[in-house]
Amino acid sequence: MNHRIEVSTKPSLTDPIGEEIKKDIQYLGINRIENIRFIRVFILNAKTLGKAALNHIAQNILSDPVSDIYQLEHHIFFSTRSTSSPVEIAFLPGVMDPVALTTHKLLKKVGYEEIASVQTRNRYEIIGNISKREIEFIVKKLLMNSLIQVWLKDERKMYIRRRQSTLRKRTVKILKKSNSELIAISNNGFLSLNLEEMKHIQAYFALRKKNPTDIELETIAQTWSEHCVHKTFKGAITYNGMLIDNLLKSTIVKATEVINKDYCISVFKDNAGIIQFTKEYGITFKVETHNHPSALEPYGGAGTGIGGVIRDTLGTGLGAKPIANTDIFCFGLSHFPIKNLPSGVMHPKRIFKGVIAGVRDYGNRMGIPTVNGTIIFDNTYLYNPVVYCGSIGIIPLKYSHKSPKSDDTIVVCGGKTGKDGIHGVTFASKELSESSEASSSGAVQIGNPITEKKLLDALMEARDEELYHAITDCGGGGLSSAIGEMGQDLGVTVHLEKVPLKYAGLRYDEIWISESQERMIIAVPKNNLKRMEEIFKKHNVDYAAIGTFEKTGNLELFYKKKRVGILDMDFLHNKYPQPRKNACWKRKHFVEPVLQKNIDLEHIILRLLSCPTIASKEVVIRQYDHEVQGMSSLKPLVGTENDGPSDGAVLRPLTNSKRGIVITNGINPFYGKIDPYWMAAACIEEAMRNAVSCGGNPDKSAILDNFSWGDVSNPQILGELVRASQGCRDTAIALHVPFISGKDSLNNTFSLHGKKKSILSTLLISCISICDDVTKTISTDLKKAGNLIYLIGITKRELGASHYYKLYNRIGNSVPCLDLKRSRRTLKKVYRSLKRNVIKAIHDCSEGGLSITLAEMAIGGRLGMEIHLEKVISEGKLRNDELLFSESNSRFVVEIPPQKKELFEHLTDGVPYAHIGKVIKEGTLIINRKKRKLVKLSIEHIATTWKKGIAW
Amino acid sequence: MVSKAKVFVMKSAGTNCDEETRTAFELAGALATIGFAEELFGKAQNISRYHIIVFPGGFSYGDDIAAGKVWATEIKHFFHEELQKFISQGNLVLGICNGFQVLVKLGLLPSLDGTTEQTVSLTFNDSARYEDRWVHLRKCSNKSVFINDTDGLLYMPIAHAEGKFIVKNQKVLNKLFKNNQVIFQYTDRNDRLAGYPANPNGSLKNIAGICDPTGRVLGMMPHPERAVVRTHYPNWRRHTIKPSIMGMTIIQNCVNYIKKSLLS
Repeated sequence: MNHRIEVSTKPSLTDPIGEEIKKDIQYLGINRIENIRFIRVFILNAKTLGKAALNHIAQNILSDPVSDIYQLEHHIFFSTRSTSSPVEIAFLPGVMDPVALTTHKLLKKVGYEEIASVQTRNRYEIIGNISKREIEFIVKKLLMNSLIQVWLKDERKMYIRRRQSTLRKRTVKILKKSNSELIAISNNGFLSLNLEEMKHIQAYFALRKKNPTDIELETIAQTWSEHCVHKTFKGAITYNGMLIDNLLKSTIVKATEVINKDYCISVFKDNAGIIQFTKEYGITFKVETHNHPSALEPYGGAGTGIGGVIRDTLGTGLGAKPIANTDIFCFGLSHFPIKNLPSGVMHPKRIFKGVIAGVRDYGNRMGIPTVNGTIIFDNTYLYNPVVYCGSIGIIPLKYSHKSPKSDDTIVVCGGKTGKDGIHGVTFASKELSESSEASSSGAVQIGNPITEKKLLDALMEARDEELYHAITDCGGGGLSSAIGEMGQDLGVTVHLEKVPLKYAGLRYDEIWISESQERMIIAVPKNNLKRMEEIFKKHNVDYAAIGTFEKTGNLELFYKKKRVGILDMDFLHNKYPQPRKNACWKRKHFVEPVLQKNIDLEHIILRLLSCPTIASKEVVIRQYDHEVQGMSSLKPLVGTENDGPSDGAVLRPLTNSKRGIVITNGINPFYGKIDPYWMAAACIEEAMRNAVSCGGNPDKSAILDNFSWGDVSNPQILGELVRASQGCRDTAIALHVPFISGKDSLNNTFSLHGKKKSILSTLLISCISICDDVTKTISTDLKKAGNLIYLIGITKRELGASHYYKLYNRIGNSVPCLDLKRSRRTLKKVYRSLKRNVIKAIHDCSEGGLSITLAEMAIGGRLGMEIHLEKVISEGKLRNDELLFSESNSRFVVEIPPQKKELFEHLTDGVPYAHIGKVIKEGTLIINRKKRKLVKLSIEHIATTWKKGIAW
Repeated sequence: MVSKAKVFVMKSAGTNCDEETRTAFELAGALATIGFAEELFGKAQNISRYHIIVFPGGFSYGDDIAAGKVWATEIKHFFHEELQKFISQGNLVLGICNGFQVLVKLGLLPSLDGTTEQTVSLTFNDSARYEDRWVHLRKCSNKSVFINDTDGLLYMPIAHAEGKFIVKNQKVLNKLFKNNQVIFQYTDRNDRLAGYPANPNGSLKNIAGICDPTGRVLGMMPHPERAVVRTHYPNWRRHTIKPSIMGMTIIQNCVNYIKKSLLS
């Protein structure tokens, strides 16, 4: 029997969750809502559960005596008027519901053994004179996602998972099939294998004179997916008529080889890159993309994105301890008219809020600070948001490498396996369409951070006792990819019925490829199994021994003692057909804007400050715990009011050492419209400028590449990938900064009325840098009136794809280029000055140019500045707007005490610099050119404008 | 050699401030251990070895149902008596953030008239979202042993979604003040009881921390363990940070108290 308990906030108290939803509804354009109340529903299933017990549970366990009211078996109603509409939303069966799991466990633990299951639901009472259609609109657009939830019009209805048959070994007939039949087999099985690959597989099995089993074919599809092997990036490309054998090897990897830094401990081969930090410790860094899942279910998609990359850290070497997260997002503009959106596309504001909430809840619950990030807003991301999640870890250097040994036991630990995310990998490599919302539901999942936190705690303990030989995470492709990769040099045997399941009814091939979250694989020597078990039990972590590593060279899969698949590792991992693709790139020419002469510079500065890509991200930053673990030494927000922007984060991971790490990023997809080569150069330099500003040593830095690209079957878009990779290679070599890891997410396209829409080619560069002494690092906020302001670097007529041109809906052609030699020299000299403690504040120039850099420094210090524009070193004679809004690279604004003037100039010798003004006590930003006053803006005005740019 | 104060930093699934809390106590000269409740209570009977129990910050059991609720229910069900005995023996209990939520839902705070009925709660912030920001704290009473050497406005961060302090009724509030059990109130930098963001969550009367009638059990939403060294502070580059305003002082006070009252 099902018993219903409803819990809600007392009517005398405000309901902040209801209020927040009300605000969001107003944003949808519906203003007649009087009130919304959020009601939590628990459905307890038990054969017998007395009234007294039920009441005890409701009163003492599920509700708070001070803040809540509750009802048994009946509904809570806040209004009795006819304008009150209840809406009840339940999870679809099989969707992760952490609250239900926790509640069930707790109730059993405290003695209610009779309770068989718990379900939770969200109930809303919407009060106001609105129509049925409007309710429907609100529910669909805000309150639920039909991929994971259902709106219960009849609340008595229970959704229960139907059981399926579990064992029936199936073979897939591919021998002697025609090309079109092979394609049909691939499509029908959601395999995402192309014809060439299918034929390759056909040939392999023809030699063996048998058809593959379903699980064999699935395993190959998973292993060969774009997501797992990056076949485009590693394949052959004919670029403008020239053959590139392996793009990744000849650009990104090449740069690292050429630079050959001794602090690189592990590059490209593991789940994350490792650089040396101290004699005993290394730092790991990995950034992942989670674009497709976030488009369909922003909260779950982004949460599992961060959860996944944290497992990458945990699966690096013998396991690094995650110490920080980063996140960088690209969304459509929040004010996009909802009626103009195609069906199947979520409104960008909902995606924005959902993604932030997903990252927030996962990162905060894991106890890992989110310390750095940014957000780009542009309508090319309407259909496909870009979600980058990064994870930084610390690892004893002696645990940097791993390899499973023959006879080790394969142990799966952490989350249980369900049907979640089946075909996530093959789905990730495909385009979205208007019907994706309905057809890809299996690929969407919700994470449970506490499961991962327990797993983390247990594995750190086991690592320090050296109980296992190897570890890796279950990510895309599930067990199939994780075990397949881990055992590729040995051979493995797996018994699939031993995998702990969330619920009965999974087929063996589903167990094998499920992408359920929070799972790791470890290789445990038989002697250590008992101790391993003790640790898992202590931390209450689920685990199971499911197979063995054996030197057979084969992958052998069993289900209930029956062999269901055998493949040789060599074929699986090394024999996929190298694709050959065509690429070309030719510079496009855009209309060069003709701007009027007398531009209202003050107006432009304020408009730039309020444009969401530039505006303050405080509303987002404060939702992230950026201080947990107690390492924070430079916050994301600084200055007298704790609201000025930082260039990056500084962490001090070891209590007994002043040594720190600096984490920054560089991203500007707009430059890529003109030339991806210079986009890459600008992104790398921006990340490095930020790192140096924060005190990072440019000679002890490392970077990561993350490509989110559109349809790479289009030669022009693939050409952009080649061009950007070449920019990466040349800039990294010139700046002596190695790549240590990276990731590409291709085919970020959306099919609209049969036409493919690709996202902007988006490259993210993330940087990690070592800083010798965190107590010597500087922040961006102005410190003291009377100090001098210098601009380091040359300002050029480089406004192509600038935010300034964007205000006029123009792109132009003069994309900022990079003088590679000067860039390197500038970074080194600035770092030298910082170390000598002559600089009081520093901020680099990027989006919006010099004007925004000055404004942001002034906001931080709540101090004014008087700037003389004529003193700026420029290439040729530039107009006022060009000087203020050009986005030329290699520039920094620094604040120097007058008495350090000579020392600073001496230290910076060899790099162009100009003394352009001073800090003033009056809270005004004054910009003059010779005797002409151009700008006079109060800092408070600047600050409020900048802080209001993002609507939450 | 004088023996050291011994601290048990208790964790549950989802506790995540345990390590920096241990570090802070170690810096203050204590011996600190992290462990689960089962390792302290019950059969293990380890509890007599310790002088201070800390319920640190985090998301115990994901804050599922409500913040701190599941952990509080477990402790209440299995270990309530032992914990009360520990307190009555003159030892200290500190609850930070999620730990404060646990102590409140357990009824150990404010424990008016010595009862363990829950009379106050910590509920959703007015902003309906998690927030991490630095706050100024006024020291409202000298009742608690935790705040001896602090001076002026303390400054440390809060980081929570459910920190709004509310009471069951006006009587409870009056009693809290009358008994000097309100220890910290959120203020602006000029020591005024201001609204948001100075009061980051909408707490009643800006209450940020309370103690029990003995003054030896303290719960607070702000995180003293994140304000332990100078570089933890957001603006250490702008001005010097006085030790008397730091979170470290609260932790040092615990250790000093134990040394003075129990170890000497």
